[in-house]
Amino acid sequence: MGFMSIVQQIIGGFGTTLFIFFFTLLFSLPLGILFALARMSKFKPLNWFMQVCISILRGTPLMLQLIVVFFMPFYVFGIKLSAGWRVYAALIGFSINYAAYFGEIFRAGIEGVPVGQHEAAEVLGFTRAQTFWKIVFPQMVKRVIPPVTNEVITLVKDTSMAFAIAYVEMFTLAKQVAAQQSSITPLFVAGLFYYVFNFVVAWAMGRLEKRLSYFE
Amino acid sequence: MSLFEINNVSKSFGDLTVLHDISVKVEEGEVVAIIGPSGSGKSTLLRCATMLETMDKGSLLYLGETAAHNNAEGNTVYASAADLRRIKGYFGLVFQNFNLFPHFSVLRNLTEAPIHVQKRGREEVEAEAREMLRKMGLEGKEDNYPQQLSGGQQQRVAIARALTMNPRMLFFDEPTSALDPELTGEILKVIRQLAQEKMTMVIVTHEMAFARDVADRVIFMDGGYIVEEGRPEDVITNPREERTKQFLARFAGQGSIDE
Repeated sequence: MGFMSIVQQIIGGFGTTLFIFFFTLLFSLPLGILFALARMSKFKPLNWFMQVCISILRGTPLMLQLIVVFFMPFYVFGIKLSAGWRVYAALIGFSINYAAYFGEIFRAGIEGVPVGQHEAAEVLGFTRAQTFWKIVFPQMVKRVIPPVTNEVITLVKDTSMAFAIAYVEMFTLAKQVAAQQSSITPLFVAGLFYYVFNFVVAWAMGRLEKRLSYFE
Repeated sequence: MSLFEINNVSKSFGDLTVLHDISVKVEEGEVVAIIGPSGSGKSTLLRCATMLETMDKGSLLYLGETAAHNNAEGNTVYASAADLRRIKGYFGLVFQNFNLFPHFSVLRNLTEAPIHVQKRGREEVEAEAREMLRKMGLEGKEDNYPQQLSGGQQQRVAIARALTMNPRMLFFDEPTSALDPELTGEILKVIRQLAQEKMTMVIVTHEMAFARDVADRVIFMDGGYIVEEGRPEDVITNPREERTKQFLARFAGQGSIDE
């Protein structure tokens, strides 16, 4: 099998990797804001509940969390697992796990907005929701771009964890091809794909950071 | 009926009592300067007046409308959220550190609250905001961001932002303390102009010469008490109380304000 056919096979897996990546971001970023707000809630039970959730999500392996989500319907509700469930289980597992990390980053970003901004908004009569979305949120976004970039890059590589629930993405595929061919070339090709993709991610986030540099 | 009235306010932070049973009334068109050393409670008084800080005891009224009153036990109870929202429209506050919104252009800093809080029309508000900026000598700065301006310009934007809400009175919390000495003059000039237009103002300041010139009444605070209160020529030029004399002696070298 030639090099080009190896690349072609791996491109097929790369599509799955991209799929997990984009949908995880799509769900985990908004969910992270909810987690951050719950974590900062003055309503103590919600605050504690979120602290426990975040602690568990950060303190146990992502691979284990994927397995738990995947088998939960069967073991808890006795529902037979369908073939399509694998995709949803992967997205749910990844999204919740990443939301925990994003939530903590957003919380730090929100708390970093000077108290004077809240006071100025309060005196001008903005509601709490207006203060958050108009004043705090845009300033938080700018603050959290560097740590969020770190997490996004980690996510690109973490997509390979989907193999834990036998969801075949690029790395799983590369391992299979490598085993068939008795060659490590497919793994290097996969590595190159991850690297190039992360290079693009880092570049895009750098652009975004620059675009937001019009304010301090 | 006074425009602003705060009666018998007491405030403690833990064991530290920062305001002892203080009362201040301000009439329409009056300019009141509050002076005193750091930690005298003057900023806390201002923060209680603008409801950024809650009072432990005491009442607060704007135009005779009750924002807070004492209950039977003598503790402060605040009015409903809807009442407070309306009452907050009666005053504006200018901060020591400006607290402009860094992600908004100068114009949007002025227009955001009138449009989204007061629900006024965008065109009308923008026209008014441009006029306000022109008055503040900030013509052509509409599309700049706060960080592109000098401290004095930023503070003028902050004053313009407060004025675009059309408040009945303005509070200033040490409006020149974060500025380089050569920039304080431009802020004092703006406040002086507002005083001539009969804007009601309460100004916490360390600028003694300015307070003497612009204020109708001066309040000297120390240790959470009002030590002396009266016409500026009495309190600043000929203070009765020993504590006031001691405090003012430190400003003896300060002449009139350059503009």
